[in-house]
Amino acid sequence: MLPLNVTITQITEESPLVRTFFFDHRFEDMDPGQFVMVWVRGVDEVPMGLSRNNSITVQKVGEATSKLFELKEGDSFGLRGPFGKGFTLPSRGEKVLLIAGGVGAAPLSPYAEAASAAGAEVHTILGARSAGDLLFEWRFEALGDIYASTDDGSKGVKGFVTDVLKGLDVAAYDRIAVCGPEIMMASVFRLLEERKVLEKAEFSLHRYFKCGIGVCGACCIDLSGLRVCKDGPVFSGIQLLGSELGKYSRDASGRRIKI
Amino acid sequence: MYNLTGLELKNPTILAAGVLGTTGASLCRVAREGGAGAVVTKSIGPAPKTGHSNPSMIKLDCGFLNAMGLPNPSYPGFLQELEFAKNNSAVPVIASIFGGAPSEFAEVAEGLLPAKPDALELNVSCPHAEGYGAAVGSNPCLVEAVTAAVKDVVNVPVWVKLTPNVADITCIGNAAESGGADAVVAINTVKGMAIDIESGYPVLGNRSGGLSGKAVKPVAVKCVYDLYTALEIPVIGVGGVSSWEDAVELMMAGAAAVQVGSAVYDRVDIFSEIGAGIEAFLERKGYSDIQKIIGLSHEMV
Ligand SMILES: Cc1cc2nc3c(=O)[nH]c(=O)nc-3n(C[C@H](O)[C@H](O)[C@H](O)COP(=O)(O)OP(=O)(O)OC[C@H]3O[C@@H](n4cnc5c(N)ncnc54)[C@H](O)[C@@H]3O)c2cc1C
Ligand SMILES: Cc1cc2nc3c(=O)[nH]c(=O)nc-3n(C[C@H](O)[C@H](O)[C@H](O)COP(=O)(O)O)c2cc1C
Ligand code: FES
Repeated sequence: MLPLNVTITQITEESPLVRTFFFDHRFEDMDPGQFVMVWVRGVDEVPMGLSRNNSITVQKVGEATSKLFELKEGDSFGLRGPFGKGFTLPSRGEKVLLIAGGVGAAPLSPYAEAASAAGAEVHTILGARSAGDLLFEWRFEALGDIYASTDDGSKGVKGFVTDVLKGLDVAAYDRIAVCGPEIMMASVFRLLEERKVLEKAEFSLHRYFKCGIGVCGACCIDLSGLRVCKDGPVFSGIQLLGSELGKYSRDASGRRIKI
Repeated sequence: MYNLTGLELKNPTILAAGVLGTTGASLCRVAREGGAGAVVTKSIGPAPKTGHSNPSMIKLDCGFLNAMGLPNPSYPGFLQELEFAKNNSAVPVIASIFGGAPSEFAEVAEGLLPAKPDALELNVSCPHAEGYGAAVGSNPCLVEAVTAAVKDVVNVPVWVKLTPNVADITCIGNAAESGGADAVVAINTVKGMAIDIESGYPVLGNRSGGLSGKAVKPVAVKCVYDLYTALEIPVIGVGGVSSWEDAVELMMAGAAAVQVGSAVYDRVDIFSEIGAGIEAFLERKGYSDIQKIIGLSHEMV
């Protein structure tokens, strides 16, 4: 498909470096965890998880995201998607634990809402650098228990999401969904592996995307050779056993980069 | 088993260059889960390259447009991936290489030898990388020189991959053959472009790129048909193959084997499906072996 032209209807400032862009198109059939390729014309096209069926939530890190931050309501950009495989929806009565770090809360918030609507009980561990960076706290809070962690201790537990996780009875949950920086996901992975609950867990990975549609091979992970853009970005814990998660990724040229 | 320039293939389907070929593990997946008879790596060059900015590939109704821009980690950076593929794929692994001059091709070819590729495929056909690919491949003298330079430094089979974006592909094919090529591969992508009419921007980051998939199959059939007539060496067909019928069509035009690229979009196990389809077709039609259909259409008129 050619990129869809969407117009920005509203911009919300979530924190100094994170903004949500609402646009005039709804991806009615999106699965939470799926992503879109965002075409900032003349600059680049980058993957972003859908934070609702009509919004993306963006952290300003480099060229394309900085250019996005210059856009105003009424401006437009291109969108292709939704692509990839999202999180598995729970059934009625299941208990779901979400573990979100930083902008990783973006794809987990629509998942929390869908899981709750499906009749599951939703608990969230939300981590960020400081209180002001806790993304979508209110969306998770409205659905169930929420445990915060901040690096500086300005809210919740001082430390990482894993410090909260250590105190929880993970065996009580039917599903665990994780998204955040890779270092964080790798330590969550190790903890869940130790507690022998990996088969309940799903992780949303981040790799360098070129085509975004499963053809070029830029985003393949070791040792499975699975494509993050098409076979993922959400993988089960079992699929990631013995994988490169937390060890290295590859840059645009395909070179290995230590994490 | 089936012999192609000395390589033993379990079926005549091969993963095309630049598709799922960035990592050793991914090549192995295409070989094992996908059922490919052999796999070709991403094209590897002398220095690391990040490629063009995105969008670098889009799906159209009739096929795909891409301008990846030959992203690759350079030959030293790719050795570990090639070694992994060689040790774990259980099928022949062909290293695709590119350079801007005969000496660069020879440097990359030699540089990859320690990982023991089963053959080399020379990319003189990429339509959207300045100074590389088709810039080399539309000049018959350069194609001959590049082929000869690589043949000089390696003793594995050398395939030369041709561009359809020339007036007469057989003239380039002849040059490759004169340079000592063991086979030619046809075709690489056909120059193309798409424009977003809402904004007026060309969609690809590189503005233009190469068309692959369904739309290019008739172009591939014609190129393979002509090359089969003009050359002594085998022609490997590629372009728009997404079913066993497409593969048989290219083989009847003269292809000794077929490569499959864009069709992995639908399913990675397309190779075993095509392999099985060809077998069933041969049986149904009473052909004793695959050689009977290679170039068959040349005998018809
Ligand atoms: C499946 C997926 C979902 C994502 N969802 C979100 C989200 O909801 N919100 C958010 O803020 N960020 C998200 N990201 C990360 C986001 O894609 C990058 O931060 C963004 O591409 C940076 O672009 P840039 O040009 O501003 O930065 P650059 O200066 O180009 O690069 C900064 C870093 O961003 C990453 N990056 C750049 N280009 C790409 C690319 N084509 N593919 C993957 N990573 C790239 C690289 O790690 C790079 O080191 C997601 C990434 C993936 C893979
Ligand atoms: C994403 C993509 C990347 C490609 N990269 C290369 C490459 O690095 N080297 C090369 O010789 N051909 C490359 N090609 C061309 C393919 O190998 C093949 O010749 C072409 O796509 C036609 O086959 P298809 O229709 O089966 O895809 C690439 C094609 C695609 C779609
Ligand atoms: S980005 Fe091309 S296969 Fe995933």
